[in-house]
Amino acid sequence: MSFLSIRELSVRLKGGPPLLRRVSLDVAAGEVRGLVGESGAGKSMIGKAVLGILPGSVEVTGGEIRLDGVDLLALPPAERRRRIGATAALIPQDPLTALNPSRRIGGQITDRLVDILGWERGRAEARARELLAEVQIPEPERVLRNYPHELSGGMRQRILIASAFAAEPKLIVADEPTTALDVTVQKQILKLIAGMQARHGTALLFVTHDLGVVSKVCQSLSVLYAGMVVEDARVRDFFAAPKHAYSAALLAATPKYTDPMASLTPVPDAVIEAVRAEVAAADRGGHG
Amino acid sequence: MQLLRVFLLRLVTTAVTLVGVAVIVFFVIRVVPGNPIAMMLPPGATEADVAALTALYGLDKPLPAQFLIWAGGVLQGDFGTSITTRQPVLGLVLGRLPATLELSVMALVMAVVIGGVAALTGTRRRGTRVEGAIDIANGMALSVPDFLWGLVLILLFGVLVPVFHISGRVTPSLELPFTTNFYLFESLIRLRFDLWLDIVSHMLMPALALAVPLAAIIGQLLKQSLKETMHLDYVTLARTKGYGENHVILREALRNAVLPTLTLVGVQFTFLIGGTVIIERLFSYEGLGNMAIDAVINRDLPLIQGIVILFAVIFTGVNLIVDLLYAALNPRLRHA
Amino acid sequence: MLDGRSMVRRRAGARLWLSAGWLGLLCVIAVFAPWIAPKDPLAQDLFLGRLPPFWVAGAEPGYLLGTDSLGRDVLSRILYGVRVALSVALVAGTITCIVGATLGLMAGFLRGWVDLVISRFIDIWMAFPPVLFSILLIAVLGPGLFSIILAIVVIDWTRFARVVRAEAMAQGAMDYVASARVAGRGRLGTMVREILPNVLPTIVVLLTLEMGIAVIVEAILSFVNLSIATDDPTWGGMIAEGRTSVHQAWWVLVFPLVTLFLTVLAFSQLGEGLKDRFDPVLR
Repeated sequence: MSFLSIRELSVRLKGGPPLLRRVSLDVAAGEVRGLVGESGAGKSMIGKAVLGILPGSVEVTGGEIRLDGVDLLALPPAERRRRIGATAALIPQDPLTALNPSRRIGGQITDRLVDILGWERGRAEARARELLAEVQIPEPERVLRNYPHELSGGMRQRILIASAFAAEPKLIVADEPTTALDVTVQKQILKLIAGMQARHGTALLFVTHDLGVVSKVCQSLSVLYAGMVVEDARVRDFFAAPKHAYSAALLAATPKYTDPMASLTPVPDAVIEAVRAEVAAADRGGHG
Repeated sequence: MQLLRVFLLRLVTTAVTLVGVAVIVFFVIRVVPGNPIAMMLPPGATEADVAALTALYGLDKPLPAQFLIWAGGVLQGDFGTSITTRQPVLGLVLGRLPATLELSVMALVMAVVIGGVAALTGTRRRGTRVEGAIDIANGMALSVPDFLWGLVLILLFGVLVPVFHISGRVTPSLELPFTTNFYLFESLIRLRFDLWLDIVSHMLMPALALAVPLAAIIGQLLKQSLKETMHLDYVTLARTKGYGENHVILREALRNAVLPTLTLVGVQFTFLIGGTVIIERLFSYEGLGNMAIDAVINRDLPLIQGIVILFAVIFTGVNLIVDLLYAALNPRLRHA
Repeated sequence: MLDGRSMVRRRAGARLWLSAGWLGLLCVIAVFAPWIAPKDPLAQDLFLGRLPPFWVAGAEPGYLLGTDSLGRDVLSRILYGVRVALSVALVAGTITCIVGATLGLMAGFLRGWVDLVISRFIDIWMAFPPVLFSILLIAVLGPGLFSIILAIVVIDWTRFARVVRAEAMAQGAMDYVASARVAGRGRLGTMVREILPNVLPTIVVLLTLEMGIAVIVEAILSFVNLSIATDDPTWGGMIAEGRTSVHQAWWVLVFPLVTLFLTVLAFSQLGEGLKDRFDPVLR
């Protein structure tokens, strides 16, 4: 049974165009699903909807988001927040801005455990030390007392990963967690997330624009275009033979690790035309 | 070390500023027309009497010499003798200082509370009519200076609905057991809540008049930086942890939003203290400012000098404290 | 669809026109005061002292807003008071602006010892309580319109100098200034032809705000009885009188206060409105 199940989710800019068009996808317990698409395709929007952090300028117009069987959108706001806080977590994109500059690291890891889950402070602090060791941070004791500006970007991303796993959530949304980092650090962080995920058995929704990353970390993926899921496949099947023309073109536009020098083909105009027509048709179907 | 050097440099420029203030005040008031000595003597005094008294106050010497004598005295804590009351200036000024300090601090507290509540409410209800109303109120409060707010308050709460006192510091018929001039503070310490209430009832209106413009500035600036902060990633991250709006505003956003507001509030607080001069006059409140205006009207040169220097010391002192506070609150500077 | 930005602009536009309208009306009153005012503002009549305004019982026809303790017509005195208020606002505001902006421009663009000296003076000025300083200056200069204007200039030039200095510094660091210099413009030429036009919007806004401040300073000085020495009616003088008799005749305080309040509000709203106009983010 899938832990996260999104059905027919539609989101639009208030009084404006749709941003997500009847999106459906599932993430089974312990599964890693990639969410791929160009920028603006709505992949981050799905992650935000799941975590209840859609911007105020955006509204949900239909569908459901079931987390562990409970439809989040049907819950009252306070109840929804607590449920999300207790069962899900976010690994944010930019480690430089995702930590509060005026609070010590320790408090930013333990706050959820103490305030939302009601742990004792001592137990939460022990847990934080344990996690920092697990993400290979030297001198966890000292780092817990540090302020964010005293640590490097890579260190901060490790801390954010540790913080995401702190409450043993059933689902983590990783929103382009390596995009803001140096190429050299990217690989280590990716490996760290994959390792942590495997050890803790957490379901992971991995938002990325990089199919190369998907091929390494994910078991399944959803390809998005203009807020619509154009393909939903197992990773192995997808890389062998993508079914949709757009995803095939996207794959062709991605550099291969086996052959990085091979010439890349940008997504052809004809394919874009076709997928746009498809979106338009779906819109008409949705309203008619 | 870096911090220490900045601090020492600040001390030096502060000293230069104070010397500049002393020089300017000293020479400006020597140009005041009217002979203060003649005004002190009873009618019918002879030329010789005037000359004798002039010599006594050292006013017969050339200006630079007068300045050096005066400055030398100031450095030893001797600010001269008031011409009208014939008492040491330092004693007079320090006797009035507590009244002005209590008024200013009360106004500051009111401004921070009112402005803070306005900013937090505006942030909590952003995009609604409530925020619009707060913006308009802020704009009004900011456009009109303390003097006019004082008059408005006199009309509203002194005449229309006479609930507060609009003149004096304390009801004159009351017997005061105080040993210091910090009435507000001492009445609390002595647990004389009856006196405390009377004093507060006298201070509330002048303090509010002083507080209104500063409250608007705090409200506007803090709300603006809060709203900017609310979009930052760490605030969003806190939301995913399960925290509600109030918690997010208070614990994640507030502290970071306060820093940019703080430096401006420091400068504005000195403006507030400067405003006590006219507000004390308006509410017949017996503080430094009221004394200063009387001193100008009576041509009491040593007293004017003393008061202006004291104000300058307070102003520069406040700026220094704000700088230190800023450093203390900003972890980036603290550990640099 | 509701566009937040256009809402802001509409509100800004409304307050711009409202405040400009009020100030325009004041200008007309100032010029035509002798024809508009129903009574002689100086005429005393002790039998008609403290008459209430027309809608209150006991009012005397012809004295619309009542009379003060000496029986002088409140409305006429307010109308004549516009003259002093506006002359102080315009003259003191303009001179303060010219002096302060020039010094600020020099400090911000020429830097070096010029900046050092001017900045030190700004620091010293910031350590003076402005109200006390102005009262002191009037005591030195003697009362009168000229003294008030001079006092305002001497005290408030720093308002312009501080802001213009910072702006000029920021502008001076930009590429267009460097290229003007490369193109062969002298330092003075660059300052006047390149920097000044870019700082001008800020100066205009500050000038508007300063005019409102000048009106208040005049009122404060009148209030402590140090303004112009003659019997010429001033709002501040009326307010001072009204304050002492507020429990017996509230109207002597209320009407000049409302006029002063609206005028100060109008100047500052005009300034804020202009700021929004000039602000490239909102435009």
